[in-house]
Amino acid sequence: MPLSPDEASRFAELLEGQAEQLAGRWTELAAAGLRGRLSSAELRRQTADLQRGFQQAFAGGALDLGDDAAAELRAQLNELSSNRARQGFSATETAVSIYAFKDATRDALGDQNDAAVLRDYVAFSNFVDQAALFTFDSYVRVREAIIADQAEQLLELSTPVVKLWEGVVAVPLVGTLDSARAQVVMERLLQTLVDTGSPYAIIDITGVPAVDTQVAQHILKTVVAARLMGADCIISGIRPQIAQTIVALGIEFGDIATKASLADALRHVISQSKRSGR
Amino acid sequence: MERVPVLKIGDILLVSIQIDMEDQVALQLQEDLAERIVATGVHGVIIDISALDIVDSFVGRTIATIASVSRVLDAETVVVGMRPAVAITLVELGLSLPGIRTALNVELGIEMLGRRADRDDELFDDDDEPGQAVVTTP
Repeated sequence: MPLSPDEASRFAELLEGQAEQLAGRWTELAAAGLRGRLSSAELRRQTADLQRGFQQAFAGGALDLGDDAAAELRAQLNELSSNRARQGFSATETAVSIYAFKDATRDALGDQNDAAVLRDYVAFSNFVDQAALFTFDSYVRVREAIIADQAEQLLELSTPVVKLWEGVVAVPLVGTLDSARAQVVMERLLQTLVDTGSPYAIIDITGVPAVDTQVAQHILKTVVAARLMGADCIISGIRPQIAQTIVALGIEFGDIATKASLADALRHVISQSKRSGR
Repeated sequence: MERVPVLKIGDILLVSIQIDMEDQVALQLQEDLAERIVATGVHGVIIDISALDIVDSFVGRTIATIASVSRVLDAETVVVGMRPAVAITLVELGLSLPGIRTALNVELGIEMLGRRADRDDELFDDDDEPGQAVVTTP
């Protein structure tokens, strides 16, 4: 049952008339749901702001949260949920803060046995429900954005290419290799080869927990691409279990040099570059 | 039609491809290079593709052919300066250019050819003059 224009203006009046008292009650109820993780002054400020938002929306004749008059309120709700999402509150805790407004307002209404008052309240409650759902939605949106950002940062962080010796670069791979990461590693390594003019690269897989056919495929592709560009690639850090898995899976590394440790790989590369007279 | 210039530096022919490699250009280069190798009697060819954004299968195959032709004429071919993106594309396409030697840049390419020349020098130290009378015009 949506709000009628009459009801909206009545609620605008109610919210304005009992502003102080309502905000106090709302803060109290919301604080119970947040278990003291937000200072009461801060919460008080938020609820007062929101209440003003609601009041202005009703005064502007908003009958639905999607109305133009409620644009300001929507922006406030959006900001509240994005703040809460960043502060680590759960989606329920965020939505409950809004729902508390219903209880606060019910206490402020007059005779609760009056059918007219009850009808008003149902319509109002409908509106607040919309607002709470809206918060929920924006909360999820913000959370997803945060997760996407973090995934990207992790990708950036997790693939350093280090110079090990004159003309030798190494990529210590740590963590699971999926296609996206393998692509980043490959591009980064090849670009470093070009930038530094290093004819040797070592891919160290000590930190890779498991090597399946897909991971091996990615590593092989990187090695072949490096060869095409004129650099030699060596794979190091193969742990005993991984060696067994590789053999069990029937993965062929062909003529690609593999070494047990990074130190062995470096020794191999240095002796090779000496042999080729450099 | 545009042509790719072929420069002679010492015992090496340097080909730096700076234009779009169309099929005709690639074929023309193949012919030019064969003639220049015979005419100059060099023992090394460096093909610099650092300016190429795209290497399609035809260009890849032409380069492989150039390498084979050069080898028949006793000149070793080194492809230098392949961009990472090009290398990744070739790998994804399954073209690993077998039989072609590669180096990261022209400098390393010259070094690579220089090492071969050194070996040859050692071989011919006592009787023959190096880098001469090895190529015969067909």
